[in-house]
Amino acid sequence: MNKNHRVPSSRSLSAVEVKSKFGAEFRRFSLDRSKPGRFDEFYGLLQHVHRIPNVDLLVGYADIHGDLLPINNDDNYHKAISTAAPLLRLFLQRKEEADYSAFGTDSLTRKKTPAALAAVLLRPDANRKKPPIIISLPKDFRPVSSIIDVDILPETHRRVRLYKHGQEKPLGFYIRDGSSVRVTPQGLEKVPGIFISRLVPGGLAESTGLLAVNDEVLEVNGIEVAGKSLDQVTDMMIANSHNLIITVKPANQRNNVVRNSNSGGGAASGSSGRSSDSGASYYSYSTPGATAMTPSHIIQNFRPEEVESDDEEEDLVIEAGGDTRLAPRPAAGATASYSMPTLPRYEPHLNLRPSNGAMATSASVGSLSAPDRGLERRNLEEDGTVITL
Amino acid sequence: MMKFRFRRQGHDPQREKIKQDLFAFNKTVEHGFPNQPSALAYDPKLQLMAIGTKSGAIKVYGAPGVECTGLHKETATVTQLHFFPGQGRILSLLDDNTLHLWEIEQKEQCSHLEEVCSFMLPGRSGIESTSATRVTVLLPKLSCDLLAVGTEGGGVHFLELPSFTLLDRSIFQDEIMQSVPEEYKCGKSLGPVESLQEHPQHPDKILIGYSRGLVVLWDLQSRHADNVFLGKQQLESLVWVRSGNSFVSSHSDGGYMVWPVSSSTPCTHEPVTSTIPYGPFPCKAVNKILWRTTESGAPLVLFSGGMPRASYGDRHCLTILQDSQHITLDFTSRVIDFFTIHCIDRDKEFDDPLALVVLLEEELVVIDLQTAGWPTIPSPYLAPLHSSAITCSYHISNVPTKLWDRVISAGQRQCHLQTHTNWPICGGKNLAPSPKQQELLLTGHEDGTVRFWDASGVSLRPLYKLSTANIFQTDCDHNDSLTQAGEEDWPPFRKVGCFDPYSDDPRLGIQKICLCKYSGKLLVAGTAGQVIVLYLCDEKSDHMIDVATVDLLQDREGFTWKGHDRLPPKSSSVPFAPGFQPVVLVQCMPPAAVTAVTLHAEWNLIAFGTSHGFGLFDYHRRSPVLARCTLHPNDSLAMEGPLSRVKSLKKSLRQSFRRIRKSRVSGKKRVMVQEANAQLAEQDAEVTPVQRRIEPRSADDSLSGVVRCLCFADTFLRDGTHHGPTMWAGTNSGCVYAYALDVPSQDKFSEQSVEALLGKEIQLMHRAPVVSIAVLDGRGNPLPEPYEVSRDLAKAPDMQGSHSVLIASEEQFKVFMLPRVSAKTKFKLTAHEGCRVRKVALVNFSSVASEDYSENGLVCLTNLGDIHVFSIPALRPQVRYDCIRKEDISGIASCVFTKTGQGEYFKKIFLKSRFYLISPSEYERFSLSARVITKPLCQLDVDRPHDPSELSPLSSPALDSPNSSADITLDTTGELTVEDVKDFLV
Repeated sequence: MNKNHRVPSSRSLSAVEVKSKFGAEFRRFSLDRSKPGRFDEFYGLLQHVHRIPNVDLLVGYADIHGDLLPINNDDNYHKAISTAAPLLRLFLQRKEEADYSAFGTDSLTRKKTPAALAAVLLRPDANRKKPPIIISLPKDFRPVSSIIDVDILPETHRRVRLYKHGQEKPLGFYIRDGSSVRVTPQGLEKVPGIFISRLVPGGLAESTGLLAVNDEVLEVNGIEVAGKSLDQVTDMMIANSHNLIITVKPANQRNNVVRNSNSGGGAASGSSGRSSDSGASYYSYSTPGATAMTPSHIIQNFRPEEVESDDEEEDLVIEAGGDTRLAPRPAAGATASYSMPTLPRYEPHLNLRPSNGAMATSASVGSLSAPDRGLERRNLEEDGTVITL
Repeated sequence: MMKFRFRRQGHDPQREKIKQDLFAFNKTVEHGFPNQPSALAYDPKLQLMAIGTKSGAIKVYGAPGVECTGLHKETATVTQLHFFPGQGRILSLLDDNTLHLWEIEQKEQCSHLEEVCSFMLPGRSGIESTSATRVTVLLPKLSCDLLAVGTEGGGVHFLELPSFTLLDRSIFQDEIMQSVPEEYKCGKSLGPVESLQEHPQHPDKILIGYSRGLVVLWDLQSRHADNVFLGKQQLESLVWVRSGNSFVSSHSDGGYMVWPVSSSTPCTHEPVTSTIPYGPFPCKAVNKILWRTTESGAPLVLFSGGMPRASYGDRHCLTILQDSQHITLDFTSRVIDFFTIHCIDRDKEFDDPLALVVLLEEELVVIDLQTAGWPTIPSPYLAPLHSSAITCSYHISNVPTKLWDRVISAGQRQCHLQTHTNWPICGGKNLAPSPKQQELLLTGHEDGTVRFWDASGVSLRPLYKLSTANIFQTDCDHNDSLTQAGEEDWPPFRKVGCFDPYSDDPRLGIQKICLCKYSGKLLVAGTAGQVIVLYLCDEKSDHMIDVATVDLLQDREGFTWKGHDRLPPKSSSVPFAPGFQPVVLVQCMPPAAVTAVTLHAEWNLIAFGTSHGFGLFDYHRRSPVLARCTLHPNDSLAMEGPLSRVKSLKKSLRQSFRRIRKSRVSGKKRVMVQEANAQLAEQDAEVTPVQRRIEPRSADDSLSGVVRCLCFADTFLRDGTHHGPTMWAGTNSGCVYAYALDVPSQDKFSEQSVEALLGKEIQLMHRAPVVSIAVLDGRGNPLPEPYEVSRDLAKAPDMQGSHSVLIASEEQFKVFMLPRVSAKTKFKLTAHEGCRVRKVALVNFSSVASEDYSENGLVCLTNLGDIHVFSIPALRPQVRYDCIRKEDISGIASCVFTKTGQGEYFKKIFLKSRFYLISPSEYERFSLSARVITKPLCQLDVDRPHDPSELSPLSSPALDSPNSSADITLDTTGELTVEDVKDFLV
């Protein structure tokens, strides 16, 4: 135990009053605002004060807006301490029982609305007087783009995911042949490469702000483009256009993700260690490290298999009777295909943070879903089902 | 950086072994006529013919089945070829002025052409420029030890053979000038050497002809001009008369002269005779002339060119003259070269030519000179596949003998105009075993013909030609009769050869072919929406054709067809020769080109599709069953029709001809122009970088309604317990329609009609065009063809287990379970590899290791020209081979995969890339199966008295001295064995 975390007896303005709830039990203690210490020490303190040393916990706190936010690394821990005014209300859950939807970031299970759950957690007495301020309900949003795999890519590269979702907005970019300079044992070498040549104003690519003209395309959905012709890369992109993941080397290297190595190098390396072998769908916000390490970016991980199975791809089968359905998958594939796609959706509340300059994530409400399209198609085919001459 | 890989199967060594036993890639044979031939040679001793091409290839042909090929390292035009008679050696001259020596190598019953050495005439510093040493003519002496080389500078150089040692015996013009009378000199040079001819009786004497007209008989021993002939016309070619008492020269004014040779008069001023056969108006040059004496009397004079410049200057003609007989062979393409096959025995007094062989730019024509009227001899190889542009092809393997014999007999009755004299070029022995099964290749042509080829062996043999034009009223017939009548009697033209790229009505073009090999029913569909059902019939017939019109637009409002009209069918009865006779014509409306057909002879059904929709037709009852419009409401392009956007064929031909004429500048200039063009192209590439738009396919893309594939299958569509006939159609926009068919039993065909009911409609979300649909049985095997089960020709499919349907789009393969259409397996080719699917086929691969082990695979040719094989139904990638160059779009588009009959032999055929005008002329075959013997099928067993490669390794000291080389000149046709030669060398 660190001395910083001994419960101080005297109250002062520099102290943060902590009210921690685990199950039905409360613990109260205070912390020095100026010297909050590290997250793992804090975590140990919580286990200590609740006398649950061997229980894995999920720590949440109510921020000034009334949102339930996670504390799982040094950054968000410090944020929580610094914004406490002066009461910091903590909600602890057992990890195995944890209801992630409470954090308002989740699209995994939507049995209850996150808002309602948050309300339950925030105000255990059901007779609350006014509803909590609801900001950005995730179900109203659909991710449009994201930067992923920040922790495993070199800092000079950026992996961007564009979600097309059958919406009207075009992807809106062009690619061209070009040459880039590589460092090889023989010295600098000019090698052919593929570059973004144009962004269509108002297109998806432009509106994300994550891609720019003259960015070099390195990979398309996990497959390197080196040695492939412009036409091949075009075909690959179009084939993946419903869920396009492009790894680029931005022409402008100034907006790169900079890893915060001084505050949590250890955590960062730990996270990348886990990221490569972890496919857990809640990974991006339950694992210490990734999310809050670089708060200005959304960090998600995916494995190629996940890219493979996405619900966007379900083919439409129209039975003779007229009912429309998606081509079902057999049992084995089904679980994977329904759980995976939910994983990489981003957390909308991050959008509201003040520090997200580099992150340009736009969202649009409502989309023409696949069944809708199918019905529309069905309608237009209605007139000529079977005509015998 | 983390690299992603899509899931790969572990390398199971056992599986790898099985794969090795199943798959192997080999290019086997090339069929058809060599593209852009540029040189011809004949070896009268070995009876072999060699053809050189503009791409640097040399092809040697002997008896049918005897072929071998060599390719120069440089892709330069082969301008001349010469055999060393009897030695199996070929000398080639390229247009980069290099000489190459080739030898036919014998290896395990296979023959190869291998380059032995090359040589370039050294330029002389100072006096002569490089063009002076440019080789114009070559003369390998019959003794094969000396090569005379004539140059543009007018010098004649001598090389020792086969070592290519330049001898210090060159003849320069100043030497010649000494023997020329003063009045002839006039200060000008003699010009390039145009011809070198060895004296038929005295090997030491050669005739040298200069461009200006001077001809010199030179004695190699005394190094002195025996005679000079003071020709005043620009010389084109020379030929000896067999006796050696006279020779004939041909000239640029369209005339030829006969010159007497006598030792008494060293200087001849005038020829014996001088004629301009097509005068008196200006004529084009006589490029080459041959003079062949006959025992029966007057000599045969054969020459190319010489046509009156104004009236027939554009014709490609070769004239045969004998006494009063005169025929002007009128070809459709340029005469490259020609030779006669005649007696070479020196003891005989006369040439007595057997046959004339003419190499044209687009075909090979052989004329029988022994039979009165000089008929043509049908060629057993070098078939001009492209006689009319090929528009589609279709392959049938394991053809039943019954059908085979009927097609052959129908074909034999067609070729009554040709002589049945044996093929005169008969060198070598064909050791290839006769094919185990018969294979048919059907090619559809732009002129509305379907040609049947025997594709079982090395050489593609024409069997039968079917024309569909005669059932329509077209302008073509009138045109033909008009031109025939308008032709004057002089010159006595005779159309020869079958290369005819002119199609007067492109609507006749054949787009799709389907043949039922068991019932002899043929389905042919064309550019103007015509779908014709033909029955094979052994008797000739004269009947009306039933015509049915199917409206594929289904009364959709707001569409007007802007393309071509339908072909009007003839209203009267039409006579048909034995063979495939049209019975029903189904006309699609609007008359857009047919894009897919299929035929099920057991159900009497045909299905066809265009860019507007698809239809189903019962040809037994002559009644339409179904028509379905697939047109997207916004699709305006589909109503345009293809022909309005493509410039007319005639126009493009005319332009090509103009281009050819323009390009007749000297080789050097052309090279310079090419270089300049290349530089320009480079600059262009740097200025405007190519951009590609990245956008997903939208639902209202143009031509999304094009029906890409159709298939019939007996399977489970409505429920999992009752199977029945179904029809599947796939479109350009990734839509698949599945219909359940109610087909009456065999005996009720006449009373009961076929019903079709839409069972399923599948929209592939990625919207890529559907390339192929196939139904797999419960064991994952493709369903057999019609009649195969009912006639016990194939194992019955598993109708117990659940069936599945394999849908191949341009981007991915998917297997869906039936009847629910639930996705089972898939492979996203484009997403992984960036290549798009062009052709797919289900193929049965047999193992080399075990007779009865075979696997079914999905073979896929991509737009990059590589071939992938996938297992079915698991869709796991098995092997990948590079096959066609990706630039070769037409080659990829024309690839045809063979199905397997017995599952023993698997070959595929594709058109070779090289385009001339609009018609590619060659097919190349390759095999993917390890079961196929990998050695080339073109086995050439040259029956040579000695083997030159063993005889004369180039470093052999015995050959370096002229004396010894003279000693071992083995040009006499003695029955020497290799052993004899070895003994000799020792």
